[in-house]
Amino acid sequence: MMSRIVIWESEWFSVKGRVLIVDDDLALAEMLGIVLRGEGLDVIHVADGSAAIGAFQDHRPDLILLDVMLPGMDGISVCKRIRAESGVPIVMLTARTDTVDVVVGLESGADDYVVKPFKPAELIARVRARLRRGDDNEPERLEIGDLAIDVAGHSVTREGSQISLTPLEFDLLVALARKPWQVYTREVLLEQVWGYRHAGDTRLVNVHVQRLRSKIEHDPEDPKIVVTVRGVGYKAGTGG
Amino acid sequence: MTEVLRRLIGPWRRSLQLRVVTSTVALGVLAISLLGAYLFQQVANGLTDDRVRTARAESQVLAARAQSTFDSSAASADTAEFNNVAGQAVVALAPPANDTTRYVVFTRALDNTAAIRLDTVLTGGLRNSPVPLSLREAVRTDPDRQQITIIDLERSSLVSEPSSASWTRPDLPAVVIGQQVQASTAGPYDLYFIYPMDREQATLDLVQRLFLIGGVLLVTLLGAVAWLVTRQIVNPVRRAAGVAERLAAGHLNERMRAKGADDLALLGKSFNDMADHLQSQIRQLEDLSRVQQVFVSDVSHELRTPLTTIRMAADLMYDQRGDLAPALGRSVELLHDQLDRFEALLADLLEISRFDAGAAALELDQVDLGALATRVVSGVETLAERRGTVLIIDAPGKSVLAEADARRVERVVRNLVVNAIEHGEGRPVIIRVAQNTTAAAIAVRDHGVGLRPGESSLVFNRFWRADPARARTTGGTGLGLAISLEDARLHDGWLQAWGEPSQGSVFRLTLPRTAGIPIEESPLPLAPLPVDADATTRLRPVRLLEAP
Repeated sequence: MMSRIVIWESEWFSVKGRVLIVDDDLALAEMLGIVLRGEGLDVIHVADGSAAIGAFQDHRPDLILLDVMLPGMDGISVCKRIRAESGVPIVMLTARTDTVDVVVGLESGADDYVVKPFKPAELIARVRARLRRGDDNEPERLEIGDLAIDVAGHSVTREGSQISLTPLEFDLLVALARKPWQVYTREVLLEQVWGYRHAGDTRLVNVHVQRLRSKIEHDPEDPKIVVTVRGVGYKAGTGG
Repeated sequence: MTEVLRRLIGPWRRSLQLRVVTSTVALGVLAISLLGAYLFQQVANGLTDDRVRTARAESQVLAARAQSTFDSSAASADTAEFNNVAGQAVVALAPPANDTTRYVVFTRALDNTAAIRLDTVLTGGLRNSPVPLSLREAVRTDPDRQQITIIDLERSSLVSEPSSASWTRPDLPAVVIGQQVQASTAGPYDLYFIYPMDREQATLDLVQRLFLIGGVLLVTLLGAVAWLVTRQIVNPVRRAAGVAERLAAGHLNERMRAKGADDLALLGKSFNDMADHLQSQIRQLEDLSRVQQVFVSDVSHELRTPLTTIRMAADLMYDQRGDLAPALGRSVELLHDQLDRFEALLADLLEISRFDAGAAALELDQVDLGALATRVVSGVETLAERRGTVLIIDAPGKSVLAEADARRVERVVRNLVVNAIEHGEGRPVIIRVAQNTTAAAIAVRDHGVGLRPGESSLVFNRFWRADPARARTTGGTGLGLAISLEDARLHDGWLQAWGEPSQGSVFRLTLPRTAGIPIEESPLPLAPLPVDADATTRLRPVRLLEAP
């Protein structure tokens, strides 16, 4: 199958990252391209799901904007396939706000989602928040439970063996581990980890905490490292 | 047996079977009693008539014998001699001593005026004469014929106890037959034969006992039959009720057994036809609802994608409106603002249709309403400042937890607070949070124009406006409160409004603290207390936002 790949050459100034847009609506894709290019980002576009995997492997983007409803392969499947081989930040574009749709999208591995119709500023804020990480990491080592975290090296180890986390899961864990005495509300986590300046969707936090637990907890049903504080939020546990 | 007992004890109103059995038994007892009494009377009359007939024949023969004795014994001048002869003749009329079938009384007639007086003779151990005066009068009036009456012969009038078994009662019916004999010179004398009806009484007693036993057996049988018959009717009805209940509970595949061609089979068939019909209707509605949901979802996607493009393009132009010609710049501003409104309207419409399609689902979690109120207040800070409204939260020191969908509750509260700011005319808005055992509540109080009578229920109507003539100044879609009400209902909670003209209004959201456990009472009053006027000084402001 011929994949239609369009690459907009970025402006000569301030290339900060490369964004892969996967959307079948050409007008929206072009508009997204204009806006992101205006922010100095490099933009690649594919219009169908099955071409997205190839485009990802060819271009290694720093971030993927993924429409949920796609011809060929739907956004959820694309997200799972990409997540299987990479922790690249994925922001879903969805027209649905139903809990099931959002949760399914997040559980398939997306880091964040934007509901259509969104304002350009909102989208850019999300994209920046996901691209910003890694800019200012100083050498720092943290411990939470029986896990050792190397913040600058982006690695989490348990008894010497590496645990593979996506950058977002890593950020979430680091946020909790830095202040193990503090209980984080979902809103605070949204602000610190996702970069939301205003109230966001707390389901993001719930789903990502579940995903993080499934990777780091000995028994995800009985979490010891990321502990729920009923009615408030989450905190780092003793790991016992 | 316990089943029968349970049904008998069980409430009369609930069991058709019990009612049928009871009324059948009652009617049976009545009918059998009437019939029994009638038959018993007939038997008694027959027995008495029979006894009277034999007694008359016998007494006639005996009286004739006595008369001939008197006639043959020549009139003796010696009264004592005559008395003796007469006495012997009378005693001869009585049976042997141990036979109690007959007693004889010989006594002077009432109208006897003869000079010679014979002794009154009582035979067979009669202590005194049981002959009633009325019979004696009858004999005097009509001396040529036998006079008959039935008396109750008292046991006390007998010297010795008769051995007959029926002498267990204090008296016994007896036939008394009276006639006159001519005791030659002593004039007319009455001769009475008394026939106790002990055998007849014994027969009657036996008949009565048999009737009683038969009646009891018959009534029991009747009750049993009624129970069996109603059981055959009631059981299918009960089964139908059970099936109907399961149908109502959503088990649409439940059907009744409908075998045979009788009325009950017809009931079963009709019932099953109804269930089939219902099932297909429900399936159809479910399909419609599913189609509706899919449609809403599709419309959502189809509308939102182009809207996003328009939105982004408009924002891009809006950001550079300074570079545009004034008319063009203003046009871009209008486009931008109306896009906001269009978006809000679209979002609310989709939300409402999601409720209508039954597609809205709760995401339950422990929500601290106090923290939620604080969050909402900080979110609307800018709007409150622009309107010069002071926002006050009145919440207990500890957290007020409810099992709820944080996103929905926050949306409701934000909507209420924004409404209060917009209609509060710059006066303080108080947000109260409280809880009791079953419920947690947030009430938003403003001191603005308030509501006219009757409007407190209208405010939740879709696209309702307090004053249609008033220009629309605020950006509301007209669906906010309708959505809030649906959100509250989804939680099995309450959303209620109170308002008085120029007194302001109160909107109160009450949520169950635990999902599924109904609210008994809201922890906050809907109408404000009279002292509310200085509530602002009484309250402990948790967060006070002063207009600059």
